[in-house]
Amino acid sequence: MSAGPTDAHLLERAPFLLRDWLTHALPEPLRWFANTLIAIAAILAIFGTLFALLTLVERKVLGRVQNRPGPNRTGWFGILQPVADGIKMLTKEDIVPRAADPLLHFLAPVALLGFSVLTFAVIPYGRDLVAVRLDAGVLYFFAAGSATELSIFMAGWSSNNKYALVAAMRALAQLISYELPLLLSAVPVVLAAGTLSAPDIVESQGGFTWGFVPHWHVFTPWGAAAFLVFFISALSESNRSPFDLPEAESELIAGHLTEYSGFKYALFFMAEYFGMCSLCGMAVTLFLGGWQAPLAALEFIPSYAWFALKLCALLLVFIWIRATLPRLRMDQLTRFAWKFLVPLALVNLAASAFWSLSFGWAGPMQALRWAIGIALAVGPFVLLGRRLGAGIGPRTYRYA
Amino acid sequence: MSAALAIVALATLGSAAAAMLGRSLLRSIFMLAVSWAGVAAFYMWAGAQFVAFAQVLIYLGAISMVALFAVLLTRQSRDEAPPPPAALRRAILAVVAAAGVAAVLLWAVAHSPLAVSGSLAPATSVRQLGFDLMGRHAAALLVVGVLLTIALLGAVVLAADGAQERPGDEP
Repeated sequence: MSAGPTDAHLLERAPFLLRDWLTHALPEPLRWFANTLIAIAAILAIFGTLFALLTLVERKVLGRVQNRPGPNRTGWFGILQPVADGIKMLTKEDIVPRAADPLLHFLAPVALLGFSVLTFAVIPYGRDLVAVRLDAGVLYFFAAGSATELSIFMAGWSSNNKYALVAAMRALAQLISYELPLLLSAVPVVLAAGTLSAPDIVESQGGFTWGFVPHWHVFTPWGAAAFLVFFISALSESNRSPFDLPEAESELIAGHLTEYSGFKYALFFMAEYFGMCSLCGMAVTLFLGGWQAPLAALEFIPSYAWFALKLCALLLVFIWIRATLPRLRMDQLTRFAWKFLVPLALVNLAASAFWSLSFGWAGPMQALRWAIGIALAVGPFVLLGRRLGAGIGPRTYRYA
Repeated sequence: MSAALAIVALATLGSAAAAMLGRSLLRSIFMLAVSWAGVAAFYMWAGAQFVAFAQVLIYLGAISMVALFAVLLTRQSRDEAPPPPAALRRAILAVVAAAGVAAVLLWAVAHSPLAVSGSLAPATSVRQLGFDLMGRHAAALLVVGVLLTIALLGAVVLAADGAQERPGDEP
């Protein structure tokens, strides 16, 4: 972590001032250590609180969408609901099946949560506000994210329950399928920014065209397509509706979580929300300009506030989608990934390459550049979408 | 620095040995995953961040999945015990095969010209790595890239031309 911006105003520097005020008395080698500890503590505290609030907001928003009040008995507007849930989870009996593998059964939620938390390290939360500055930060993010799959399988297998095992295999199939478009949709951004470092990717999206159109990647044809693919894959990677098949409460018996109870169950949920937050944070970083303000006139608002605002907006969209879309079937899920998202992401690579190559085009050529760019982004979308739906038609259900 | 290396080495080799000696195939895979993570930690120790992340992404993220699926889709029952290494002939064959692999690997390592630099941490940035890959090793990178793209396209084609839903499949 660096010393922070020196020429910025007070609010922008506030996190660094606070940190330095806390650690200024320590000798130099210890100060570095303390700064790192503070960064870790801040990330855990902020995202822990966000997790608690998010469970409440999710239930309130779902209630609102479904025309019911949602939790409203604990405290003002149900604000104490997360606390009540936490106490309930902590005091519930922790059941380990006799035939289970006790070590792996214990390790699975811990490993899952550990890898989920690791992903927070490289997201730039504001100007210079990143816990670890890595040259290959984006790669680190996806590496830590992909290691969570092993924990999910660990949970399913160590429970010694056939439902849990089958569900874990399905979860793996889903996660592997969507890992690919997730990665492929991030590659064009790396191509455009010319770096794998997350803070540098945000820096590369600074500036405005005509003074009011920010240079965010989502405002380019390939960027919009890649953002869409990334967002859909992120929904699936974080087991969110409409891709929440791994633990479909109402249809399967909670999938790989069947044999988990009490606090371990809560840990799985925490990891799921953490994964959701970190994927949203990465989406903001890669496509929505990270901590950059949308207008030059609004740059007086500190950068981390912009990041938080964009992150919360994306999280609300996640909840909104959960309230709106019905769950997919397993075959629809994998077909969607392999027949639609992967080819789309591959074509999008070419679109992004074209966009980079035509960087110097000016005047009327600029219009041509946009036309070709949009055609390269929308054309495959329409063609593949038609092909995806072809031959499936309206379904008839005999038993329903 | 060397204490960290010792811990990493111990974890890597220990989990590899446990994977080799264990009787439960799935536990062996988990131990193997730990061993791969140890190799990634070694890369981190050696200052090769990029390789370390790639190791985690590919080995922990993908290859362990392949191994898991291979085991789960091929074995008959959960309690199926692996055959005991009772037969002397099988044990001898196993030792011979292992020794052969070890000999080939050792020969390759011994005959490779390894450039040992004096500095402890060769700080190769990702940028430098990229320039090297696109410059001196561009041909190799292209071949690997084409191979992987063909594999990916093949997967997409397999998925696209797979059996269409038959009418009898309707639930």
